[in-house]
Amino acid sequence: MNLHGKSLLELKQLVIEKKISEKELNQYFLKRIRKFNPKLNAFITVLENNQLGIPYGAKDMFCTKGIRTTAASKVLDNFVPPYESTVTKKLQEAGMSVLGKTNMDAWAHGASTETSDYGVSKNPWDNKRYPGGSSGGSAAAISAYLVPAAIGTDTGGSIRHPSAWCGVIGLKPTYGRVSRYGVIAMGSSWDCPGPMTLNVEDNAYLLKQIAGKDKYDATSSSIAVQDYTNEIKKNKKFKIGIAESYFAGIDDQIKKHVYKSIDVLKKLGHAVKPIKLLPPKYSISVYTILQRAEVSSNLGRYDGIRYGNDRNFFGQEAKRRIMLGTYTLSYGYYDAFYKNAQKVRSIIIENFKSVFKDVDLIVGPNTPVTALNIGEFEKYPFYGELMDQLNEPASTAGIPDLSIPVGLDSNNLPIGFQIMGNYFEEANILNLAYQFEKETDFFGVIKKGINNYKD
Amino acid sequence: MDKYIPVIGLEIHVELKTKSKMFCQCTADYFGKEPNTNTCPVCLGMPGALPVPNKKAIEWTALIGRALACKINRVSKFDRKHYFYPDLPKGYQISQYDQPIAIRGSLKITKSVPVHPAGGIKTFRITRVHLEEDTGKLLHVGSDTLVDFNRSGVPLVEIVTEPDFDNTEDVKVFLEELHTIIRYLGVSDADMEKGSMRMEPNISVKKITSTKKQDTNISQNSNDQQRFRTQLRQGYDGRASQYDKLPNYKVEVKNINSFNYVKKAIDYEIERQVDLLENGETPMQETRGYDEKKGITYSQRSKEEAHDYRYFPEPDIPPMTFSKEYIEAINIPELPQEKVNKYVRLGLKINDAFIITRDKVLNDRFEKIILKIKQQDNVKVTDVSNFIINKKETASLTEEELYRKIKEFRKPKEIDEKEFDTSIKRLIEVNKKAVEDYKKGKVNALMFLVGQVMREMKGKADPKLVKDKLIQILNSKS
Repeated sequence: MNLHGKSLLELKQLVIEKKISEKELNQYFLKRIRKFNPKLNAFITVLENNQLGIPYGAKDMFCTKGIRTTAASKVLDNFVPPYESTVTKKLQEAGMSVLGKTNMDAWAHGASTETSDYGVSKNPWDNKRYPGGSSGGSAAAISAYLVPAAIGTDTGGSIRHPSAWCGVIGLKPTYGRVSRYGVIAMGSSWDCPGPMTLNVEDNAYLLKQIAGKDKYDATSSSIAVQDYTNEIKKNKKFKIGIAESYFAGIDDQIKKHVYKSIDVLKKLGHAVKPIKLLPPKYSISVYTILQRAEVSSNLGRYDGIRYGNDRNFFGQEAKRRIMLGTYTLSYGYYDAFYKNAQKVRSIIIENFKSVFKDVDLIVGPNTPVTALNIGEFEKYPFYGELMDQLNEPASTAGIPDLSIPVGLDSNNLPIGFQIMGNYFEEANILNLAYQFEKETDFFGVIKKGINNYKD
Repeated sequence: MDKYIPVIGLEIHVELKTKSKMFCQCTADYFGKEPNTNTCPVCLGMPGALPVPNKKAIEWTALIGRALACKINRVSKFDRKHYFYPDLPKGYQISQYDQPIAIRGSLKITKSVPVHPAGGIKTFRITRVHLEEDTGKLLHVGSDTLVDFNRSGVPLVEIVTEPDFDNTEDVKVFLEELHTIIRYLGVSDADMEKGSMRMEPNISVKKITSTKKQDTNISQNSNDQQRFRTQLRQGYDGRASQYDKLPNYKVEVKNINSFNYVKKAIDYEIERQVDLLENGETPMQETRGYDEKKGITYSQRSKEEAHDYRYFPEPDIPPMTFSKEYIEAINIPELPQEKVNKYVRLGLKINDAFIITRDKVLNDRFEKIILKIKQQDNVKVTDVSNFIINKKETASLTEEELYRKIKEFRKPKEIDEKEFDTSIKRLIEVNKKAVEDYKKGKVNALMFLVGQVMREMKGKADPKLVKDKLIQILNSKS
C-alpha cells in the first residue's frame, strides 16, 4: 500500500481497519528516517525497534520513560527519565508511540536548531538553510514525512516559527491548555506543548488528546476541552482583526502572500477589520527579560551533582541566558528589570483582552523573513528574538496562536501565516484554518514539501 | 552587662506532619527510612517535574498564623529562593517572600514565676508565618558526603519574630510556649530530636544610652505599628528590619535543636559581642553555628559571602487567594493559655494550671478525667491535677482507673471517733501557744493545728472535718 503523504488520522484508520499493521507502519517510517535523516538530522534519538502504536516524533524536551531525553544539551547526554511526561503518556493512551526524539535548539534556546549539541537540523526545502526553531527537528521531520505528526514546545515561537519555515501546521495552545508536566522547563510561565501536523484535522485531533487539566501541573486549566475535530467542521463566520504594527519591517513577498490570504478569508465571508495592537517590539523586551530570568532559575539544577555532565557542557547561548537572567534577578536590579517587565506583560495582556472584545481572531505574518542560510545566526546576538518577534506577543499574553503555510517565496521557501485567538478558543482558530485549507489546500505547499522526499 | 542590652529575634522552622510532602505525593513521614527511598521526580527536582502545592499544608500554615494572632493575607504566593547546595535539588527552594500566608501577629507568654518587672505576661510580635519546602540531608561518611533526599520537599513552616527579646529567659519561655501551641494545633510533632522543630536566633547587643533601662515590650513602644508597616513595605529579610534603634549588625546562629542550646548559644553570643564592643570593635554581620559540646558559636559565613537569593514569583504555582469566609472558618482549638485561665477559674493554682497544659497528651488526660467528675463523688478538679502532676506512679493507669483511684482517695475515711477526739484534745494541750495565737485571731495558727492533727492521724482524717472539730472545741473552751 502506498502510505506516502497519508495524514495521521488516515493512517490510524488504516490500522483500525487492519489494512496495515502497526509494525508495518513503524517500519515504513523507520525506513524513511534511515534514508533521509542522515541528511536532515531531524532526530537525536530514533527508536529503531519500535513496532507498536501510530508513530510520531516528540521533541527531545519531553521526558520519556526509559528513553534518553537530552533537551539537545550534552549536559543531559545520558539522562534516561524514570517517568513519562503527561503529553506523551496521553498520546500513548491514544494508541500512539514515540518513534524518535526530535532535534531542537539546546534547552529550546534559539530559532534555528543551531545551538543543539547534536548538530543543526536542515530545512527539508533547502538543506543549506535552517529549519527554524527551537522545535526545528519536529518541523523538518514532518515536512519531509519522516513521521506523520510531531509534538513540539513553544515558549516564544518555538512551534510556530519552524512550522512557518518548514511549511507545516503548528499550534501553540493557550498557556495552561496542555500540561507541562515532564516537559523540561525553559520559561515556565510561557512554555506550551503543542501539535505540529500536515493538516488541520490532525492538529485538532492531537490537541484534543493532549489538552486538559493535569493534577501534576498546577498551572493547567480545568476549562473543559472541546471536541476540536468536530468544532473545525462547523460553518462559522468570524470577525477578524489585522494589526498594522505586525507588518512593519516584514519581507515584501511575505506581505504579498499574507494579503492574498486575507483576501481568501474575505471571500469565505469573514469580516476583516483593522485593529490596534501594541507593536511587537515591547513583547521582545518583556520576553527577553522574563524568560531569561526563568531560564537562569530552571537551569540551576544542572549543577553537575546529579546529572551525567557538569556545567562546562552548557553551550554559549545557555550561558548567555543564565547570565542575563541571573543579572536581572539580582538584588538592586529586580525592580528595574523583572518587575517592570511584569508590568508591561500585564499591559500586553490587557491590550489583547480589549481587542478580543471587538474581534474573534487576529491574523498576520508569522515570521519577518523566510528560512535563512545556516551560519547567519552568528551575525545576530538576538537572532532568535528577531525571528520570533511576531510570535512573542501571543506568548507574552498566553493566547493560542497557529501557524499555517500560505505559499512559497521566490527561493521556493514556505511562508507562514498566523492566526491568534482569545484564551482557550483554539476551536475558532482551527475552524478558520480548516476553512482556509478546504479553500486553498495551503496552495499546495505541504504536498510539495512531502513530495520532495519520495519513498 | 549593665551597659548593654541584647536585641534578639527568632526564626523557627517547624516541619508539618501532613500525609504527603509539600509538592508531591511522597509521604512526609521520612524519619528512619532507607536513604533515597522516599522520593519521586518532583522532590528530586528532575527535569520537567512540577510542584503541586499541598492544600492541607497551606491550611495548617494559616492555622498556625491564626493561633499566633496573625493577619492572614488574602492573596499569597510562592517564590523561588535561589542558592546552590547539594541538598537542594532544584537549585532553588520554593518558599514565600513578600506575600507570606500570615503576617503581623503576636504571642503572649505567661511565666509561673515572673521575673520581668512588667509582671508575668509579656507580648512578643510575630513578623510573619510562611510555608516552604524542606531540603534533603547531607550525610558525612568518612571523607565522603552523601545526599539523602527523603526529607526533600517536606512542608516546612517558618515563623519569624520581631527583635523583641532582651533576655534569654524570655526566649526560652517563648519557644516553649510556641512549641506547646504547635503541638496543640496537631500540625507537627515539633520533635526537636528528629529535627522537626529547629531554631535560629538573631542576636546583637546595643549600648544603653540613657540611664533608664530600655524596654522592648510592645506596649511601651508607640511607634511599633508604624515600624511594622514600614518594615513590611521593605520586605523582611534582614536588609529591611533596620529599626532606627537597632544595632547596625546582627549575628544569626543556625539550626539549633534544643531550647537550652538556644539559650546557651545566645548567652555565649551576647558575651562575645559585648567583649568585642568593649574593645571598640563592631561584631561582624555573619551566620554562625553552635557547637553543643564546647558550648560555643563559630563562624560559618560572613556578610561578604551573604547570599543574594534572587527571589522571584514561582511561575509553576498560581497565586493563592483566601476568601474572608475561608479565613474565618479556620478553627483554632483551645490553646494552652486559654486553658490556663480556665483552670485557674476552676480552682487550680496558676503553677499547676501551667504544668497541666504543657504537654498535650497529659492535658488530654486531664480534660478527659475532669469530665468524669460527678458531684456525689466529692472529687475536686484540683484533686485530678494533683494526681496527674504529683503522682507519677499513676501514669500507667487508664483514665477510668485513675479516676476511680481519685474517687477512692476522696471517700470519707472510716475513722475511730474516739481516737480522733483523743488526738485533738492531746494536741490542743501540747500546742498551747498556737491555741493562744488562734484566740488572738491568727488564722494561721488554726491551720497549724489542723496540720498537726492530720499528721497524728497519718492523713486518714478529712482536713475539713478536722478544722471544723477544732473550731468547735476551741470556741467552746473560751
